[in-house]
Amino acid sequence: MDYLYYLREDKMPHIWCDGCGHGIILKSILRVIDKLGWEKDDIAMVSGIGCSSRTPGYVDFNTLHTTHGRAIAFATGLKIVKPNLHVIIVSGDGDATAIGGNHFIHAARRNIDLTVIIYNNYIYGMTGGQASPTTPVGKKASTAPYGNPDAPFDISRLAQAAGAAYVARSTVYHVGKTDRYIEQAFLKKGFSVVEVMTPCPTSYGRRNKEGNGVEMMMFQKKNSVGVERAQKMSEEELQGKIITGVFVDKEQNNYLQRYEEVIDKAKQINQ
Amino acid sequence: MKKISKITINEKWCKSCEICVYFCPKKVYDMGRFYPEVARPEDCIACKLCEKLCPDFAITVTPPDKAESRKK
Repeated sequence: MDYLYYLREDKMPHIWCDGCGHGIILKSILRVIDKLGWEKDDIAMVSGIGCSSRTPGYVDFNTLHTTHGRAIAFATGLKIVKPNLHVIIVSGDGDATAIGGNHFIHAARRNIDLTVIIYNNYIYGMTGGQASPTTPVGKKASTAPYGNPDAPFDISRLAQAAGAAYVARSTVYHVGKTDRYIEQAFLKKGFSVVEVMTPCPTSYGRRNKEGNGVEMMMFQKKNSVGVERAQKMSEEELQGKIITGVFVDKEQNNYLQRYEEVIDKAKQINQ
Repeated sequence: MKKISKITINEKWCKSCEICVYFCPKKVYDMGRFYPEVARPEDCIACKLCEKLCPDFAITVTPPDKAESRKK
């Protein structure tokens, strides 16, 4: 396939650092779109603020770069006005779970037909390496120079508990898996979340002595555990491991269907 | 005669992260002074892992035409 067909070539090369995995996830998204044969004009990509949220700037779809954390709120409006549009949200871990945390859980609760792809790199990369809600305990960040005391969020479990229709987690190293999960999420009628673990060598790896992009990807390769295998393992064995796989895949009424029903009911009563 | 796939590296976009050098299953690449070099193109099996893993859209792998190789 030709990636350049989907890119705004005059905006390239992109701003992401050497060794950053964001470009790999963008490639996965483009491959899946190419496979599904979606037209460029039928897709809307929405993002907030952050490294990951620079993604819509490089792709030649209908794109929307919104305020910090509010990507899902904007995308909800877009989807309701134009239900035939494929709305994709790209968001970082901080953007989706800290600033936009409420939008994220309530969109999952409503089950609107949106796909959220979360680039989880454990840190606020763009603004200077502050600790994000997913920074593991004890890891260093610019706002936690002696180690982060807060317990991290598990984004996939959060989405699952909030009621999303499809939740999966993959890593940048496992490109095949990422492709498969993104495809399933795109085809799902309902709120679908794909969390992709990506290395941030500049802000996270350098401070925590985890090396460059290659070494961080080798870490992902060695420390990934499938969901089925993880169920048989104890809590101690799972310390520091990345659990990958599909967490939820269920059919349930989505928001647009329920909203139509409400409109019909209101019409009948008022006649 | 084995057909060799064509690998092109866009040096204007490459950021020298070396992901292609380390993750190529056949070790086709060597790291040059600034950019990776295609040192052993005859070993390439056209799995396209380097193309998928290159974050900078810099690598393109064109596999040898299957139809042509079958004739020979």
